[in-house]
Amino acid sequence: MKTIEIRWHGRGGQGAKTAALLLADVAFKFGMQVQGFPEYGPERSGAPITAYNRISDREIRVHSNIYYPDYVAVVDETLVGSVDVTAGLREDGALIINTVKTPEEAAALFPDYHGRVVALNARKISEEALGRNFPNSPMLAAVVAVSGLIPKDDFLREMRSSYQHKFAKKPEVIEGNMKALEMAYDAIGGQAR
Amino acid sequence: MTNEKKMSTPAAPIPERMSGNEAVAFAIRQVNPDVMPAFPITPSTEIPQMVSSYIANGLMDTEFIPVESEHSAMSAAVGAESAGARSMTATSSAGLALMWEELLLAASNRLPIVLTLVNRTLSGPININCDHTDSMGARDTGWIQIYAENNQEVYDNYIQAYRIAEHRDVRLPVMICQDGFITSHGVQNISLLPDQPVKDFVGTYAPEEYLLNPGKPVAVGPYAVTDYVMEARKAQREAMENAKQVILDVADEFAALSGRQYGLFEEYRTADADYVMLIIGSAAGTAKEAVDELRGQGKKVGVLKLRVFRPFPEKEIAEALANCRAVAIMDRSENYSGQAGALGSEVTAGLYRQHSDILAVNYIYGLGGRDFTTEDAAAVFEELREGVEEGRPVGQYRYVGLRG
Repeated sequence: MKTIEIRWHGRGGQGAKTAALLLADVAFKFGMQVQGFPEYGPERSGAPITAYNRISDREIRVHSNIYYPDYVAVVDETLVGSVDVTAGLREDGALIINTVKTPEEAAALFPDYHGRVVALNARKISEEALGRNFPNSPMLAAVVAVSGLIPKDDFLREMRSSYQHKFAKKPEVIEGNMKALEMAYDAIGGQAR
Repeated sequence: MTNEKKMSTPAAPIPERMSGNEAVAFAIRQVNPDVMPAFPITPSTEIPQMVSSYIANGLMDTEFIPVESEHSAMSAAVGAESAGARSMTATSSAGLALMWEELLLAASNRLPIVLTLVNRTLSGPININCDHTDSMGARDTGWIQIYAENNQEVYDNYIQAYRIAEHRDVRLPVMICQDGFITSHGVQNISLLPDQPVKDFVGTYAPEEYLLNPGKPVAVGPYAVTDYVMEARKAQREAMENAKQVILDVADEFAALSGRQYGLFEEYRTADADYVMLIIGSAAGTAKEAVDELRGQGKKVGVLKLRVFRPFPEKEIAEALANCRAVAIMDRSENYSGQAGALGSEVTAGLYRQHSDILAVNYIYGLGGRDFTTEDAAAVFEELREGVEEGRPVGQYRYVGLRG
C-alpha cells in the first residue's frame, strides 16, 4: 500500500486529536504501520487545532507535519474561511466535512479544490446516537469509509474493543459511540464512489 | 555488580503502538528503579504521571517523591543515589535549567542517575515545542547524553542506560533524550520487550560504596582542597572516555536480546555518499526519507545520525566522513558563538584534527518546534552539491526553514 496521509482540522475540545489517535489505534490492530500526532501549541478550548495520521505498510520515518494530505477531515465547519483546510490536499483524495449542507453545497465552499468533497452531518448523528455533540466518532468512521482503509465489519469490531479500553470507566457511552460510527459509515455509503 | 558480561538470549517481541512518553514510562515500570523524584513540566509531564499511576495500581514499587521543583528533584535523586538507591527523574526545558547545579553535583559525585529528558526549547520567546537548547546547554555538566530518533529508540536507550551509568569503569549519570511532542506525544508502532528479560538485562543495583552501608562509612560531596579538584576532574574525564566502549558493549548485549543494534551513531547510506547530513533526533528519520528519494534520482547522499553526544565520538565521526565531499552539520539549538552551533563546533574541530578539509556547513534548524521536512533536507543536500560541484559559496553557518 502507499502511505496514506490524513490531516484533521478541528477546534480544541472536539476530539480531533482523539480521532487521530483512535485511527492510529485501529489501523495498528490491522497490522499497519501508523503515526498519529497533533500539532501542539497553547491549548485553548475552541481554538483551531490540527492533528495528523500516516498509515502505511512500511516503517514510517518522517516526523514532519503533513503538507500534501490524501484526506482532510474538517470536524468544525466554522473553520472554513479562517483555516486553509484544502492546502496541499491531493485531488485524487477527498475532503470530508462535518456540515448540514448537501455534498454539492459543501463542494461549493471550496471552488479551488477539484477533488471529492464528502459531507457528513456528524453533529446530527452524534446527537441521535449519543445525545450529545461529539462529532469525532462519526468523522472517524467517515474517514475510514472514504479512504477504504478498513472494511466496515472489521472496523466496527475493533472499535468496540478500543472503546471498551478507552471508556473502561464509563461503559455507558460505548453503545452510543458504536451507533454513531455505524450511522456515519452507512451515511458515507451513499456518497461512495 | 551489574557490569558483568551477561549472555542475553532473544526475547519474544511485543508489537504495540504508543507515544514516546508512554514508551519511557513503560520501560520505567519494567526497570522499577528504587526512587523517582519528579516535578511536572511540559512535554515530559506524562512520564511522572504515568509512573504514578503504575505505582498506584501496584504494578511497580518505586518510591515516587512529588517534589516542589526540579532543583529539588535532582537534589533528591542525588541524595537517594548516594544512599545506594537506583534513582531517576524526568524533565524538560526550564526544568533541566533549574537542575543545573545538581547536574554537575550528580556527575562529579559519580552518581549513576538516569534522567529522561523530553527536549524542549527555553525562553524566550516562551515556547513549549522541541529543540535541543536544554540538553545542549547541559552538555558540559559531565552527563552522558544519548538521543533517540523515535519511540522505539528512546525505549531501548532507557533500558540500556543503567548498564552504562552503573558500570564500574563509568559511574556517571546518563541523560536519555527524545524530541518533545514530535516523538514524546506522537503515537507510533513499537516493539516492546517482556518484563523479565528487561529486568534480567538491567540487573539489580549493587553499588560498592554508598551512604546506607554501616559497615563501610563514606563521605559524599565533602570539601576538596585545591590539591584534589583537578585530579577528581581528570578521573571524571577518564570515566567519560571509558563510557564510549561501555556504550558499545551494552549495545551489543542489547542487540542479542532485542535484535536491534545501536552504536555511537548510525550511518545510513553513507558508504559511497558524496554528501552527508549529520543530524540528531527525530529529524534524522525525515532526513533518511529524503535520502531515499534523492538516491532514487541518482544522488549519492547519506545521513549520519548521532546517537551519543557525550562522550563525543569526535574521531569516529571524522573517520566516518573521510570519504564524502561535504557534510551538513545540523544543530537544533543556537548557542550564540556567532560561528557555529554546539554540534557544528565539535564536528569541525574533529575534522581539523583528522586533517580533513571537506566542506563542512553548519545549519541551524527546527528551533522552537519549527518543522523540518524532506524538502528542507533535500534543499540542504542541493546546497552542498552546488558548493562542491559548482563552486558556489555556501557559507559556514546558515539557518534552514527561516521565514521571510
